Amino acid sequence: MSWAIRTEGLGKSFTLHLQGGVRIPVLEGVDLSVAAGECVALAGPSGAGKSTLMRLLYGNYGAAAGRILIRHHGAEVDLAAADARLVREVRRETLGYVSQFLRVIPRVPTLDIVAEPLMARGVAREAARPRAAELLAQLNLPARLHGLPPATFSGGEQQRVNLARGFAPGYPVLLLDEPTASLDAGNRAVVVGLIRAAKAAGSAIIGIFHDTEVRDQVADRLFEVLPMPVAA
Amino acid sequence: MSALLEASGLALRFGAVPALDGVALEIFPGEVVAIVGESGSGKTTLLRVLSGMMRPEAGEVRYRDPEGGLHVVHEMGEAELRRLHRTDWGFVHQNPRDGLRMRVSAGGNIGERLMAVGARHYGNIRAEAAEWLRRVEIDPARIDDMPALFSGGMQQRLQIARTLVTRPRLVFMDEPTGGLDVSVQAKLLDMIRALVADLGLAVVIVTHDIAAARLLAHRLLVMRRGQVVEQGLTDRVLDDPQHEYTQLLVASVLAA
Repeated sequence: MSWAIRTEGLGKSFTLHLQGGVRIPVLEGVDLSVAAGECVALAGPSGAGKSTLMRLLYGNYGAAAGRILIRHHGAEVDLAAADARLVREVRRETLGYVSQFLRVIPRVPTLDIVAEPLMARGVAREAARPRAAELLAQLNLPARLHGLPPATFSGGEQQRVNLARGFAPGYPVLLLDEPTASLDAGNRAVVVGLIRAAKAAGSAIIGIFHDTEVRDQVADRLFEVLPMPVAA
Repeated sequence: MSALLEASGLALRFGAVPALDGVALEIFPGEVVAIVGESGSGKTTLLRVLSGMMRPEAGEVRYRDPEGGLHVVHEMGEAELRRLHRTDWGFVHQNPRDGLRMRVSAGGNIGERLMAVGARHYGNIRAEAAEWLRRVEIDPARIDDMPALFSGGMQQRLQIARTLVTRPRLVFMDEPTGGLDVSVQAKLLDMIRALVADLGLAVVIVTHDIAAARLLAHRLLVMRRGQVVEQGLTDRVLDDPQHEYTQLLVASVLAA
């Protein structure tokens, strides 16, 4: 099957100017390819660079070497070289990311936070809000919370808001960083269902799952992220 | 899509101090761009030059009108520039007193901008002014009050209503939350964020508040000593800063 997102020789290092210019290599020569409808779980020890890889794929970190190719409206786009406006467009239309933590925007109600990416893609407010409410309900977030900003919610509730926001638009490529970390068994099962439905709808999914039970239920294969050898 | 505003080779010195040193940028429709940097980095000077309020020693600023015509901002006549500032553009000053008419009522401040673009029907103007007071969370019952009776945060919200009522395509903002209490800042930032998204405005905002820039801006320009030392997607510049100065700037922010 043809790929939806693919990296070629992707590398990342950080140069810390405030620490005397020390250079920390994190990833080198990463070749990952994920097909539509496929879920790949990133594996490797803590500190190997799994989260760094996710952030590179989303464009949150800039690549030091290599390419990140994504199919965007039928064309190939190299996210590693794309300018800020193109990255924004790809994020709006093609590439979603559920981070571990919700970045709360003050005063914005939960329902609007979830509906926002739908509206950004041109879905009318009248259609986006019921869709958002439906996903929140599916994730067991009671309707009485939908009108409140999530700042005061528990960690698990915030994570479910984040998940609803990430799954609402049906992105062709979806990145999931520990999507079930703060969830109870019932909600973990809901997330497994959401991931399976997204795959069935043709989304390519890349995830970090510390919960091996969840991972084994959704991942088609593992992709090993290897720690860089420590410089002598 | 073509850029709404483009600048190239901007240079300006204050005595021996370079305020702008080879600055180039483009602003696209619907894009929110924040200019960050410490005091004296040249960011307010850049805003004043971009908006035609100050003339550069070298370089050019070009504005594209809705029909696609390109205008060199500093070659425009004073009347033409003033008309642009009343219609297609808006400017939100750090001090609301610089952007409001303090001897005119709240409703009059908003209505005046509408009349400048041709509104004549008194009832409609008053209704629209009341609607905009509501949008910026000022009780419409205070429509006839003078701005001097308002708190600093309310004055700033009134200035924003006055600026946005004519639906400009491009708005310049100079430290719009600068002189306000922290609790008032959050409310104002959120209001700006929502209005800008609703109206699809392009905004160039100068701020030294990194958190505000993260909340509002799609794109970030980091200035130091009159130069843009780094620019790009807001979250990338803040989470993976490349330049030494940007790393210092980001590391200096207290995590809340």
